[in-house]
Amino acid sequence: MVTVADARAVAETVTDPELPMLTLGELGVLRDVQAEPSGRVVVTITPTYTGCPALQTMRDDLRARLTEAGFAPVEVRTVLTPPWTSDWISESGRRKLAAAGIAPPGPAPRRGSGPIPLALGPTRTAVRCPRCGSPDTEELSRFGPTACKALLRCRSCREPFEHFKEI
Amino acid sequence: MAPQNDTPPRSDMQSQTDTQPDASDNALVALSEEHDEHVRWAFGTGFHDPMAGVDTALPDGVDGNALAAYCLMLGDDALIMSHRLQEWCAHAPELEEEVALANIALDLLGQARLFLTRAGQADGTGRSEDDLAFFRDAGEFRNVRLVEAPRGDFAFAIARLLVFSTWRLALLDRLTASRDPVLAAIAAKGVKEVAYHRDHAALWTVRLGDGTDESHRRMRRALDDVWPYTEELFTAHDIERRMAEEGVGVDPSTLRAEFDAVIGEVLAEATLPRPDADARPGVGGGRDGVHSEELDALLAEMQSVARAHPGATW
Repeated sequence: MVTVADARAVAETVTDPELPMLTLGELGVLRDVQAEPSGRVVVTITPTYTGCPALQTMRDDLRARLTEAGFAPVEVRTVLTPPWTSDWISESGRRKLAAAGIAPPGPAPRRGSGPIPLALGPTRTAVRCPRCGSPDTEELSRFGPTACKALLRCRSCREPFEHFKEI
Repeated sequence: MAPQNDTPPRSDMQSQTDTQPDASDNALVALSEEHDEHVRWAFGTGFHDPMAGVDTALPDGVDGNALAAYCLMLGDDALIMSHRLQEWCAHAPELEEEVALANIALDLLGQARLFLTRAGQADGTGRSEDDLAFFRDAGEFRNVRLVEAPRGDFAFAIARLLVFSTWRLALLDRLTASRDPVLAAIAAKGVKEVAYHRDHAALWTVRLGDGTDESHRRMRRALDDVWPYTEELFTAHDIERRMAEEGVGVDPSTLRAEFDAVIGEVLAEATLPRPDADARPGVGGGRDGVHSEELDALLAEMQSVARAHPGATW
């Protein structure tokens, strides 16, 4: 007997290929798991960034893990809307990011009316250093090793670190 | 080594297990077993369909061919701009910048894939993103001329990115209201990404413009070089006008005021004068497939492997 809860429990153990400390559920890209009476399982995911090259690996991993657990057939669907936001990263996900030395995102920017404002301000940030906890940090580059992360530096302990961007 | 279409590469990998006592040591074997059902297209990232599961019905009353032509414009702008940014790999002035430009190129490539996939759905031909990216000739590309101009120096790359992302952000922001739910969804994701691209280009423009005499001089020259391409960005093509009238697309002539305001803010901060160069004669027509010879050279490189080994998988 296939149940949604069983399928969901399995799907939620699948981790992100580029952030292996996080499950897809904690990252907020796992949007839905449905089990049909026929036994078919349909999993819905959404990409973080449009060009995220990890999406296909997520699909393969989800299908493989659910198939191993005895679910068949397994279909993985992609949805583009509503667009993923870093606000969907769970509290446990944020703790795991910080423990891995990646500063978790703050609240995603809220859109006011009118054109999107330019951000020409200083490169000092409100992000705390995940190593020493100092709030005295600065941005080195708004683009880090993956699309979802920026590169920062702590001005207290002088260590560079990654920061999960707010989008 | 050329893949042989009549012999699946997988069997080559499997045959290695005969000589490998412990197959788990072999990454290729492990990969092929893990992805047993998925033979991968050799030149992409392995997506079979970037919109798998997305509802792809066309909005009521919209002509599929016109929508496809519009999607090609939006997709080709992103694809060719992405390629020019990718040319900075191993050439950027510092490692962090190389990573940044590559990330921006990746975002745009992702947008291109979705727009091109949408184009192939809308015109009913079922052409895939790869068919459209790798098997069209220059005359079939619908990108604006700005994105195909040669790589230039770093100041040119920044000036072009500033102009392109300021224009595209204004465009995508309005496209989120499209009657086509697929275009609206692509735009909603794209807005978040391109906002970062624009900030990145703006910060570099300020750093270089308000930097040394040499950086100021070169940033100013780069803006002068880019400026003649801007007129085309705001000149509505018939397809763009029609799609705007039908509530599907955006008339680019409506973007000029926002563009001018943003560029003005950046240039003031960067202590740079606004370029007064007029449109260069002969620059334009990109939306009708009229391109410079530089696009031929770009496509020859971008398409060479796909055309040498059509349909190859690994």
